[in-house]
Amino acid sequence: MTSATSICLILVVLLSVGVLSATRLATSIRLVAAQGVVLGILPPLVLGGRVGLHVVAFAAGAIAIKAVLMPWLLLRAMREAEVRREAEPFIGFSASLLLAGLLAGAAFLLADELPIPAPDAPLLVGSALATLAIGALVMVSRKKAVTQVLGYLLVENGIFLFGQTVAGGMPTLVELGILLDVLVGVFVMGIAIFHINREFDHMSVPELKALRD
Amino acid sequence: MILFLAALGVLLAGGLGAALAGRRAALATALGAGGALLGGGLGAAAALAGILERSSTTLSVGWGAPFGTIELNIDVLSAVFLLPTFLVPALAAIYGAGYLQHWRHTRSLGGAWFAYDVLVASMALVLAARGTLVFLVAWEVMALASFLLVTFEHERLEVRRAGWIYLVATHLGTAALLVFFLLLGGAGGDFRTPISGQGASAVLPGALFLLALVGFGTKAGLAPLHVWLPEAHPVAPSHVSAVMSGVMIETGIYGILRATLLLGPPPWWWGACLLGIGVVSTLVGVLLALAQQDLKRLLAYSSVEHVGIMAMGGGLGLLGVAGGNTLVALLGFSAALLHMLNHSLFKALLFLAAGAVKHATGTLALDRLGGLLRRMRDTGAVMLAGTLGAAALPPLNGFAGELLLFAAALAAAANAPLELAGPGTLVLITLGLAGALAAAAGVKAFGAVFLGQPRGPEALAAREVKSPMRVPMHLLAAGCVALGLFPALGLVLVARAAVVLADGAGPGMMVAVDAALGLARRAGYAALALLVLASLVALLRRLLLRGRSVGAADTWACGYEGAVPRAQYTGSSLVQPAVAFFKPVLTSTRPAVVPPTGFHPAAASFRADTPDVFRHGFWQPVFRRLAGWLERPRALQHGSTHLYLLYIFVTLLALLAYMRGWSR
Repeated sequence: MTSATSICLILVVLLSVGVLSATRLATSIRLVAAQGVVLGILPPLVLGGRVGLHVVAFAAGAIAIKAVLMPWLLLRAMREAEVRREAEPFIGFSASLLLAGLLAGAAFLLADELPIPAPDAPLLVGSALATLAIGALVMVSRKKAVTQVLGYLLVENGIFLFGQTVAGGMPTLVELGILLDVLVGVFVMGIAIFHINREFDHMSVPELKALRD
Repeated sequence: MILFLAALGVLLAGGLGAALAGRRAALATALGAGGALLGGGLGAAAALAGILERSSTTLSVGWGAPFGTIELNIDVLSAVFLLPTFLVPALAAIYGAGYLQHWRHTRSLGGAWFAYDVLVASMALVLAARGTLVFLVAWEVMALASFLLVTFEHERLEVRRAGWIYLVATHLGTAALLVFFLLLGGAGGDFRTPISGQGASAVLPGALFLLALVGFGTKAGLAPLHVWLPEAHPVAPSHVSAVMSGVMIETGIYGILRATLLLGPPPWWWGACLLGIGVVSTLVGVLLALAQQDLKRLLAYSSVEHVGIMAMGGGLGLLGVAGGNTLVALLGFSAALLHMLNHSLFKALLFLAAGAVKHATGTLALDRLGGLLRRMRDTGAVMLAGTLGAAALPPLNGFAGELLLFAAALAAAANAPLELAGPGTLVLITLGLAGALAAAAGVKAFGAVFLGQPRGPEALAAREVKSPMRVPMHLLAAGCVALGLFPALGLVLVARAAVVLADGAGPGMMVAVDAALGLARRAGYAALALLVLASLVALLRRLLLRGRSVGAADTWACGYEGAVPRAQYTGSSLVQPAVAFFKPVLTSTRPAVVPPTGFHPAAASFRADTPDVFRHGFWQPVFRRLAGWLERPRALQHGSTHLYLLYIFVTLLALLAYMRGWSR
């Protein structure tokens, strides 16, 4: 059981790195969707035998939103806005990977230091921090607005993982709240991307520099 | 106190009514000016009652806000300052009703009248407030209302710049005042209660005095904090300049005097400090006034000079208290207060007259005016009265105050230890120098505007202004003449306040008061004698000229007929000897000369500017350096979303690391 959890957690981190290293946007979106699936099946695994109905329902909901609804929205936004398919990084792919490795290592080191008990899954805190850090890296190092949404989703997934350290999961209401929050965020960003594209004929965030004071 | 509250109420009601009237110019003017007139009259009555009554009246209202109650108090010191604070704006309001007619179609006058009435009410509240909070609120409202009035013609660039400079200066002053009141409150005092002996450390009163000097000195326009004054006063509408220059800057003098009452017995260096600043202000003000080319700027610098004279009086008074010399203390303080009263009259009059010139000709540049005395007889007459007052010549009212200051300085210089004799001598020298230079500046202001031939088409087409503008000028001029002929009257008004200020000096107060009154009476006799002498000379001239033919020729034409107006004396040439003499001090006077060359000279030109030494030599470098430093962090403001995100993440990481290290 612990090994299954560990495999899942390592998979989550690897998928994050995959998002960072993918050259095409569609691939990145699909990788995020895959991460959503893994995250969905994680809570029952962490909790082991203490699986109740609401945990299962929640896992299903998480998969439906993270793995189906959001990727679909993003892909649609990409198609509608006719975004070019390349990821267009500020930092090159190999350098990004190197940075991601460093960040992940630092995250796991830091996780050992943090006084957070995770009895069932020793890798949990580390992988949560690593996902957070890589999400941040995606947001900072990629030009396109769509990739920033993806980074945002990765950060949210990291927070989701962090929530698993609390025994018995977070209260349902809080989790639902977070999910809804993210959904609305993605919605708004998707629409905003679409409209900015329509108005200004491009969607690279650096071009928005002209809007500063 | 009821009269005072009624005055405030009428002022606020008039202001609000004017604001509601908005663009209906006639209604707004009637409400605003009427409110200022009625409120000013009521308030002046309240101030007179405060001067004449033996006991001060207090109003105290409980209030849930911090810093306790709303407390208003009119003691004799407040009342002395309240008198001009209500009188001058009431007269200036009549003038303003005529002056603002020019904008009645293009501009909403409601806002201007609202700001004007609020300005008057807030000045009165500043003088009467005792609680810290009420005082500071009134102080800030005063600054903001006057800022709004300064920027009345905000479509002109130089007006906006001047307003900006004024706003920065007044806020710097208020910053010092905030610290002043915080420290004062920490020592258990406010504007009502002196700081208690046990709550105060040894250095605290000194620090408080310096803070008050900076905070109130900024508003008073004492050098080197005067730089806002020659910017803001010239660009404001003239009735506002009159109120600001005649009354508002004197709230700064009031603040300094009030602060010295609260901080316990003054040590020697307080008086020396105030006196030194007064000396610098007097000299800087009069020298720069001499070199100005714009009538209202000249008057503004003259205000700096007169505030400096008041500060010298206050400084001598403090020195007298510190040295236990009652005569010096009383003469110094009464000189400062009497000069304050006189200055508020003649400076308001001068600004109103300058406004009339502007109204009639559209310009204030001395080198475009001239010969206005024939075209604007009334304005010229009152301007002459104001100029003589500002130059402290009998029989006008500036004379008595400076005479008292001379007497105080002589008393200090004659029979006292060096701590008193040194400053006394300094005041004597400064006052003598400044008196002569002020007379020269007066000759320049009056001569260039009213005498000679018109130098420009504007002056040629000038017409006398209408009666709403003339009547207040005549009233102020009458006040100047009355106080000039009967200076003892003015001294009686301020004497009790001076006694309160000089209280700590020791015994012999009655003797000192008698001496001051005797001096003032003699100043009155001198003025009367001069008047009689002048009448006799005029009579003699008539007698001598009777039966002879008298021809009139152009002024300053050296006997030639039909001289070109441009060939006559200009304002600059009238004072050129004095300015040339002070070239080492007025270093920034750099004439730009394009001399005529060759046998058939083409166009030649001459131009001289005298920028303010303090502004260009001190404040501008300071602010430029400051701006350079503050510009640097703007590199962070990059505009790139990615960088902003990076800032956030780096900050979060740093916080995490910090927490980690902290918990270890």
